[in-house]
Amino acid sequence: MNLTLKVWRQAHANDTGSIETYPANDIPEEASFLEMLDIVNERIIEDGGDPIHFDHDCREGICGMCSLTINGVPHTKDSGITTCQVHMRKFREGDTIWVEPFRARAFPIVKDLMTDRSAFDRIIAAGGYISVRTGSAPDANSIPISKDDANDAFDAAACIGCGACVAACKNASAMLFVGAKANHLNKLPQGEPEKDKRVLGMVRQMDAEGFGNCTNQYECEGVCPKEISADVIAKLNRDYAAAATREAVE
Amino acid sequence: MINKSQMNSLGQSLLNFWRSSIGKKLIVAVTGIILVGFLLAHMAGNLLVFQGREPMNDYAYFLHHFLHGAGIWLFRLVLLGAFVLHIVTTICLVRENRAAREERYACEATVKASGSSKIMIWSGLTVLGFVIFHIFHFTVRVDPDLAAMKDPLDPSRHDVYGMVIAGFQNPLVVLFYIIAVTLLCSHLRHGVASLFQTLGFRSEKTRVAIGYLGIAIAIILWLGFLSIPSLVTFGLLEDKGAAIEHSSHSTASLLKC
Repeated sequence: MNLTLKVWRQAHANDTGSIETYPANDIPEEASFLEMLDIVNERIIEDGGDPIHFDHDCREGICGMCSLTINGVPHTKDSGITTCQVHMRKFREGDTIWVEPFRARAFPIVKDLMTDRSAFDRIIAAGGYISVRTGSAPDANSIPISKDDANDAFDAAACIGCGACVAACKNASAMLFVGAKANHLNKLPQGEPEKDKRVLGMVRQMDAEGFGNCTNQYECEGVCPKEISADVIAKLNRDYAAAATREAVE
Repeated sequence: MINKSQMNSLGQSLLNFWRSSIGKKLIVAVTGIILVGFLLAHMAGNLLVFQGREPMNDYAYFLHHFLHGAGIWLFRLVLLGAFVLHIVTTICLVRENRAAREERYACEATVKASGSSKIMIWSGLTVLGFVIFHIFHFTVRVDPDLAAMKDPLDPSRHDVYGMVIAGFQNPLVVLFYIIAVTLLCSHLRHGVASLFQTLGFRSEKTRVAIGYLGIAIAIILWLGFLSIPSLVTFGLLEDKGAAIEHSSHSTASLLKC
C-alpha cells in the first residue's frame, strides 16, 4: 500500500509543533498501524532524520499505552480496539492519514505523539483503591457478591486507562475514566465503606488536573477500546451528589 | 445556634460543590428542569388561544391576580433565578471546557455526538436573545398598539388574545419566533436527555426511554409553540372579536353620520 501520513511533530514539551507530511510507501496490508510507523521510522532514520516518537508497549490491546488519534478519532473509528490493534487493511490505497497525539491540557505532549498521562495516576492515588491489609488471597467466595454487581464491577474494571475518552471529548473530560475506576470499587463490598471519600477525592483531583466537564455527547463511550458505557458517568454523578450532600450536612 | 466554625464548614462544602465540575453540572440540570417545566406550562397556556378570547384572557387575568398579584412576581423571581443561574453556570463550564482543550485537532471527527449537542451554546444564546425580545414584545409591550389593546368583553382588562394574534401579523416576528423555537427545541432534544444523565438516572434500563423523552418533549414544544404563529400567518386563526368590534364601531360611525 502507498499512503501519505500527516503527522504531528513536536521536538519537546515547550515547542509549538506542526503537522509534517511523510510518504508511507510499500506498506504490507497485514501490518499493524504501529508496525507501519516502525517501517516509516526506519526510513526516516536511514535518511538521518529524527524518528516519530509514539507510546506503545504490549501491542495486544491490554496495556493502554498506545495513544494515537487517527483521522481525528482516538485509536480509530472502529469500535472496541486500541491503536495497536488497527491494521493497514482498514485503509485504502492512496489514503492520507492524519496522526496526532491525544490532545488535552491535562495530557501535555512530551515529544511528537507521546503524551504525559500521569494525571490519571494522581486521580487513582486520590481514591482509586481500597484500604485493606495485604497478605494471602482470601477464598474466592468468602464474601458473597451478587452476579449483577460482579458483572457491573467487572465491566467498569475493564478500563485500561489509555485516555482515549479524554482525547475524544471536545472538553477533554475524564469522566468516563473516573466513573469506571470509581464504580469498579464502589460496586463491591470491599470498596463500599470508602465510597464517599473515594468519589469526592477522585472528582476533586480530576478537576485539579484541568480536565474539562462532561457535556453528555458520549464520544468517550464511542471510542473506548473496552466499550465502557457512559452509564458509569451517571452513577458517578449520582454518587458525587450524595457524597457532597453527606459531607455538607454530617 | 450555629457557631462560626460550623458556618465556615458548611460554606466550604457549598464552595467545593460550586467549584466541582459535577456540582456545576447538577446546577445546570436542576435549573433546566425548572425551565422545561415552565416551557410546558407556558405552551399549555398559549394553546388556550384556540379556545377563544374569553378563556385566554381569563387565564391571563388569573395569572396576574393569583395571590393578589404576588403569585406572578414570585413565579417570575424563581424563573429569573433559574434562568440566570442556568446561563452563568453554563458559561463557567464552557470557559473551563475550552481551557481544558487548548489545542484543537488538525483533523476533527466525531463518532457519536448528535447535531443538537454540538450547538448547545449557540442554540442557548439564540434563545436568550429571543427571550429578551419576547419579554419586550408581549410582557413589557413596548409596541403602544399592543399595549393599548383592551378585551372587548371586559374593557378593564388587557386583551391578551388579540395581542397574540396582532403580534404575529409581522412576518419578521414570525420568522424570528420560528428560528428561536426550533433552536430551543434542538437545545432541549439534547438538554432533557442530558439532565437525566447528570442527575444519575441513566442506566441500561432507562437509557432508551430517556433518549425518546428528550425527543418527545422537543417535538411537543415545537408543535405547540409554532402552531399559533403558523395558523395566524396562514389566516386560520383570526381575531374575529376585534373584527366584529371594528365593524360595530364602523356601523355606529355610519349611523352617527
